[in-house]
Amino acid sequence: MTAVVTILFFGVAYGMILYLISVGLSVTMGLMGFVNLAHGVFAMLGGYAAVTLMNQLGLSLFAALPLACAMVTVVGFVLERTLYSRLYGRSELDQVLFSMGLILISMALVRVVWGPLAQPVQLPDYLKGQSVVGGIELPTYRFVLVAFGTAVIVALWVIFERTLFGARIRAAVDNRGMAQAIGIDTGRLFAVTFGLGTGLAALGGALGADVLAIAPNYPLHYIVYFMVVVAVGGLGSIRGPFIAALSIGLADTACKYLLPEMGSVFIFAFVFALLLWRPNGITGKR
Amino acid sequence: MTDRSNAAVLVLPQAGTVGARKILPMLLWVAALAIPTFAPGYTPLASQIVVMILFALSLDLLVGFTGIVTLGHAALFGAGAYTAGIMALRLTNDPLITALSGMAVAALVGLVTGSCMLRTKGLAFLVLSLAAAFMLHELANMATSVTGGDDGLQGVSFAPLLGVFEFDFRGQTAFYYSLACLFAAFLLVRRVVNSPFGWSLRGIRENDGRMRAIGCPIYRRRLAAYVISSALAGLAGALQAQITQFVALRSLSLELSGDVLIMLILGGAGRLYGAFVGVPLFMFAQDLLAKEDPANWYLGQGVILLVMTLFVPGGVLGLVERVRRSLGRGGRR
Repeated sequence: MTAVVTILFFGVAYGMILYLISVGLSVTMGLMGFVNLAHGVFAMLGGYAAVTLMNQLGLSLFAALPLACAMVTVVGFVLERTLYSRLYGRSELDQVLFSMGLILISMALVRVVWGPLAQPVQLPDYLKGQSVVGGIELPTYRFVLVAFGTAVIVALWVIFERTLFGARIRAAVDNRGMAQAIGIDTGRLFAVTFGLGTGLAALGGALGADVLAIAPNYPLHYIVYFMVVVAVGGLGSIRGPFIAALSIGLADTACKYLLPEMGSVFIFAFVFALLLWRPNGITGKR
Repeated sequence: MTDRSNAAVLVLPQAGTVGARKILPMLLWVAALAIPTFAPGYTPLASQIVVMILFALSLDLLVGFTGIVTLGHAALFGAGAYTAGIMALRLTNDPLITALSGMAVAALVGLVTGSCMLRTKGLAFLVLSLAAAFMLHELANMATSVTGGDDGLQGVSFAPLLGVFEFDFRGQTAFYYSLACLFAAFLLVRRVVNSPFGWSLRGIRENDGRMRAIGCPIYRRRLAAYVISSALAGLAGALQAQITQFVALRSLSLELSGDVLIMLILGGAGRLYGAFVGVPLFMFAQDLLAKEDPANWYLGQGVILLVMTLFVPGGVLGLVERVRRSLGRGGRR
């Protein structure tokens, strides 16, 4: 029983982090078809920004999160306007190479600024330690993580499903030409969405700093997970990646807990089979 | 998929430009033969370069000629390397038998994974290629009793080549042997890409929908290219194991898949000699930049990639070609 609850809890927390980081990638890839391997860079930058704001400047966690998020959103927005937008409509190979280049440059810069070691997260005292729920000890911070993550996800869904902005994004994902024809400025829409996506990734990276360690190899180390969430979840969707991220979070946690030796191989074998069955992901067209 | 930047334009061989284009490569091959005589200290490095050229050449068949972008090509290199290494420790350490086995195993891995993965395209294919390589990497990492895990396979020694030429510490045998393999592979790839099959691969790269419409069995052609490429990558891996007497877990890693892609792009994909230009340039830049701080080298690689994609599509060879063309036009005027 304890094991089941622990796995569920850690798995959900992990899945939420994966979702926050990957959902922006799914939407932007669905909008412009841009193969952006470098999305993890923004999560890493969010993590570094938050950790630095907290450890060096002494900001509280809840002040550091939005600030880090805003900073990375600006970075993402600028990069989109200056570099990414030059590669729209180019071949998949060019986009892959370009985003690989961004990953490598970011790794180098981060290494120079923060050094090669992983950044420790210094949590405030009231978030340290364990909470006992139903006789099972669970880390307090993860509760905050899950609660915060849920709030952000609900807000995201409301924006996506209930606002004009969300309707525009959905229209542009469905049929870009048609959306343009009825007067939606898809270029601007994409820039804003890109910024929003990088901001969410930064939030995920910052919130999950003690789940996915903030170190220079971050964007390369976890790239498989982000890409898998997007591919399995389906492009241009915000529901698909949620299911994918939660499943991968739970499965990965369960495997690490129950089968530490073979864990990740099973997951990737499963992903392999799933993508052969549904190449466009679980929400995509057959 | 329209591809106006990286792919070499579909140009049929021109009769007028035979001279320099044929003689220069021949001179380079002959010059390579002289390396152990004139620069014996560089022989081991030269062998490394030769092996990586072979690996990048195998990738060129996919990326450059068929338009298949893979992030897991190291899986096939590693399959060849581990096959050769494990065979040498347990069965036989004859270099030719282990190299051929490395090729065969890599081709088999390529056939099995390729026959699944090539049913998809785009993002799904990218992720599948990542996932396949990741799985092999994890398996090799965990099967420590067979593969040595994280430490790699150490102390792999091979019998003299053909029973005569020993793999000496100066690395002469290793160099001539790997150069011979590269030359054979080069002739094969050149034969393949200039055959009707090779032209159909270019057609698939340019527009697979049209190729299907004119009755080309796309899936089979792509799979055939994938298996040939896998076998050559496996050969490169086996050679690597033989000349370094060591198989590292890195030979299956995402880093290696990325490195070889950068090497190829640097030289120019879809041009046969791209690998020959890109690999030495890459190794030279690595030597220059990685000495002090690995961060420099990451930065260097990243800048190479951005410059290549934004300003120099077609790599160094593409650049040379454009300069030559503009010069030629100026001369005629």
